[in-house]
Amino acid sequence: MAIENPPTQGAARKGDRIFLGLSRGSGIALLVIMAAIAVFLTWRAALAISADEGNFLTTFEWDANGDPPVFGIAVLAFGTVVSSIIAMVLAVPVAVGIALFISHYAPRKMATTLGYVVDLLAAVPSIVYGLWGALFLVPHLTGLYEWLDQFLGWTGLFAYEGGAARSLFTVGILLAIMILPIVTNVSREVFRQAPKMHEEAALALGATRWEVIRISVLPFGRSGVISASMLGLGRALGETMAVATVLSPSFLISASLLDPGGGTFAQNIAAGFKEAGSMGRDALIASGLVLFVITLLVNGAARLIIARRKEYSGANA
Amino acid sequence: MKLQRTNRLRAAAVGALAVSGALVLSACGSDNNSGGSGGESTSKAASNIKCGEDANLLASGSSAQKNAMDIWTQTYQSACSGTQINYKPTGSGAGIQEFLQGKTAFAGSDSALKPEEVAQSKKVCKSGQGIDLPMVGGPVAVTYNVSGVDDLVLDAETLGKIFDSEITKWNDPEIKKLNPDAKLPGTKIQAFHRSDESGTTDNFTKYLNSAAPSAWKHEPAKAWAGKGGQGADGSSGIATNVKQNDGAIGYVELSYATGNDLNSVKLDTGASEPVEATTDNASKAIADAKVTGKGKDLALELNYKTKTEGAYPIVLVTYEIACDKGNKKDSLDAMKSFLTYTASEDGQKALGDKGYAPIPDEIIAKVRTTIDSLS
Repeated sequence: MAIENPPTQGAARKGDRIFLGLSRGSGIALLVIMAAIAVFLTWRAALAISADEGNFLTTFEWDANGDPPVFGIAVLAFGTVVSSIIAMVLAVPVAVGIALFISHYAPRKMATTLGYVVDLLAAVPSIVYGLWGALFLVPHLTGLYEWLDQFLGWTGLFAYEGGAARSLFTVGILLAIMILPIVTNVSREVFRQAPKMHEEAALALGATRWEVIRISVLPFGRSGVISASMLGLGRALGETMAVATVLSPSFLISASLLDPGGGTFAQNIAAGFKEAGSMGRDALIASGLVLFVITLLVNGAARLIIARRKEYSGANA
Repeated sequence: MKLQRTNRLRAAAVGALAVSGALVLSACGSDNNSGGSGGESTSKAASNIKCGEDANLLASGSSAQKNAMDIWTQTYQSACSGTQINYKPTGSGAGIQEFLQGKTAFAGSDSALKPEEVAQSKKVCKSGQGIDLPMVGGPVAVTYNVSGVDDLVLDAETLGKIFDSEITKWNDPEIKKLNPDAKLPGTKIQAFHRSDESGTTDNFTKYLNSAAPSAWKHEPAKAWAGKGGQGADGSSGIATNVKQNDGAIGYVELSYATGNDLNSVKLDTGASEPVEATTDNASKAIADAKVTGKGKDLALELNYKTKTEGAYPIVLVTYEIACDKGNKKDSLDAMKSFLTYTASEDGQKALGDKGYAPIPDEIIAKVRTTIDSLS
């Protein structure tokens, strides 16, 4: 009865309508903002790309203020992707380890403290990471570089010729530290939500702690860890100041990860923007568009992976 | 859980605030100290300033001018409190863009307007066009860090080869020839250049290209064109890296070299003695420049091959860019008054101890007449 004719019907309808309007408005606002960014990037980029005398995708040069303008994004795309991959390879296993330790191994007090430290890591601004990287990390990596050269130099990937360690590899290490907190935090929340029943069932079957984690927690958390990694990857792809401070950029692709050189989209925009003329600015915006597209592709891929495993609906929402 | 987390974040934020607050405070403190020494001369100089109509004067551009602008603004505003001057060191390119869009009264730039920029300026200047007024100069020092060497002489030829990775060891015979008495080690040379586009790079490569065309074949540009070496962000980035690495060499504005206690190369220009990078020596080189701008435009062409005794040829001249006619009415008077002060003897003298070189008399006299005629 109450459902058919509730006394507060009028108010409820009004509230419903307002809330519907607000939430629909937020959704639309998001789409409008994204569309506005995409239109702006595409429009300015089209101007630049049509004036480009080089091949926008394959030229190893960036002389957008020159006459005629010659520029290409090959080096930037390579550097952005490679440094982000290095960061992911280094950060994700460690982040999953920290998350599991906090959610399943550590005593309560220690877990709280550790969680606090991880949050603190997230609160450090990227320029501070950059300064730390340039003043502390770079001079202290020379030893590691020499070691890598000695044992892995034959692969060509880790050949080192001396000099300051300001390469894509160092950038990858720094980015790994920067994305650690976000990957850890999201993974930790996911692992915490692993159904207690599954864990207890596994324990009842005589599983050890590691086996419990392997058969009940990790499969449940897999898609969550993937979306956590994608959030981290997003940050790594777009990181600007820290990269600009640490990397020694150049428009060359080197076979060795330890050679100074290369560049990333965001770093190149930061470095070129201040002195850019109107063509230079449009060219930088065109490179921003490529980064936008790469990020979209990465997110799309992550969605696909997650969609294939629907057990954890939270990541799909 | 959620609640707890926000609390933690809040605690972190409070901590970060406290730290940054302390940094800001200490930064202000040091600023005041350095300004304090010039306090007396400031008030004396201020008495000679003729104030314009009260206005809000917006300008932006070259970051190489920032320190000079800070000093000028401080002195000027202590005399003319009705005028607010706001100079944003956004970089020369961005400054010119803002000027051309009519957002600012004048721009600061490390290089003169290009022909197409002059054409664009006719839109914002209506009846006139944009002109270059040389206002500050400064030596670009080549700093190095080689253990056991604190007196190093190089010439344009060797500099070009070093920065283009053709000379790779410090004990190279070409360097030895210029430094017969120095104990040069066999360390690898690490040449540092600016990774961001910069007027400093533009001027440094103009020097290399003009004084040693056979060793430096790249076109001068704001973006680095040389082979090899390492890039670093900003003058401070280069200074830090030169300091950190044995065998390093890099080019920075003089104030960064002295501020970081770095050794600077003496240049063998062909004069009887190698020339040190000092403000006086830079002024001597600027005095050798020709005015190439047409009409009221005072764009300079430096003589990088100068052999004048004591003239240090790697210099940067930065300009103020305004309209010759058709400046914004509401800020014209204030702008003329401010620029008259910066070009005055007091204005030029105020910069000596900050690593800037005053513009020599003959040229600055023309600048003063031109400022007077702005409308």
